[in-house]
Amino acid sequence: MISRIHAIRIIAESLQKNDLVVSTTGMISRELFITDDRSGNFYMLGSMGLVSSFALGLALLNPSNRVVALEGDGSALMSMGTLALVASEAPRNFLHIILDNESYESTGGQPTITNQIDLAKIASSCGYQKADRIENGDQLSVALTNSRNNPGPRMILAKVGIAPVKNIPRVTHHPIDIRDRFSNAVSNMLPK
Amino acid sequence: MSDSGEHVLVDWPIAVYEELTSLEVSQVSFVPDAGLTQLINLCNADPAIHTIPLTSEEEGIALSAGAWLGGVRSAVLMQSSGVGNIVNMLSLSRTCRFPLFILVTMRGESGEVNEWQVPMGKGAPTILDVSGVNVRRAEKEDQVARLVGQAARTAFTCGKREAVLISQSVIGVKSFNK
Repeated sequence: MISRIHAIRIIAESLQKNDLVVSTTGMISRELFITDDRSGNFYMLGSMGLVSSFALGLALLNPSNRVVALEGDGSALMSMGTLALVASEAPRNFLHIILDNESYESTGGQPTITNQIDLAKIASSCGYQKADRIENGDQLSVALTNSRNNPGPRMILAKVGIAPVKNIPRVTHHPIDIRDRFSNAVSNMLPK
Repeated sequence: MSDSGEHVLVDWPIAVYEELTSLEVSQVSFVPDAGLTQLINLCNADPAIHTIPLTSEEEGIALSAGAWLGGVRSAVLMQSSGVGNIVNMLSLSRTCRFPLFILVTMRGESGEVNEWQVPMGKGAPTILDVSGVNVRRAEKEDQVARLVGQAARTAFTCGKREAVLISQSVIGVKSFNK
């Protein structure tokens, strides 16, 4: 099993310029921020559970951009109904990555229920085109490549270990600056 | 949900746990918060308490009502942000007069480092109030268990909806791993 920060590094390396990433509150946004602070990243620093529907809204109206929703098992559980919504809206450019450490690591590591619940199977049942459950870095790289070459919505459920990054900084951008920087990045990607 | 890695052991969770057990609370549901870690751990370790990690705070409102119908007293634990998730579901408790005891750890108060926590930090007390939940605020550590005892007793014996809000100053900014 890989650490979450390792998984985020692999994901960040796979990103292309026009990919848009929306990341959930807590450590995932902080780890993405220290790994690759791109203008096409939207760090949702609160509103737990809303990343997937936020990314869905973005994906449906920006079909030329790939949209990556990056969240944890706790936030995915909080809005499991959105899995059905994503599947029914079926944006081809939607990649849903869940970094599943089976815990609320950001608040002290209390267990979630994903040691018993397979979110990838749920996504498949809802109608995601593909939902890969991956256990190591090589599988993650392959799944990321496949997700780029095939239509979505797709899910990558990456089982990751609990390995807090010591002294990890907070996202230093103000939410309004995150919004404007992201919005400008999207505008600049539009066909002229 | 708060962003923390470090936890300093404090006394109020033990006193709150003792209040809850003395009132025979046997179901505790929660979306965790760093400030609730110690209390959750105490409840998890007690075989007489059924703990439930919620997928969303709103489930806790209904779990509590269902448990009461089955003769069981419960407590629902959440961070102030979670108060926003329960608003509509409080209609269940209010309309059917189900007893409800909620313990809320506050974010978005003085010392907050994440502005995203501020709206619910400001809004939680008012939102609970207008939703028919009586609010008691613990601003100092030695108030917490006493207020929990009062609020939970009122909830269970008078069939009321009661919340105790534990101020961020009690939980400590230290535990927020800035």
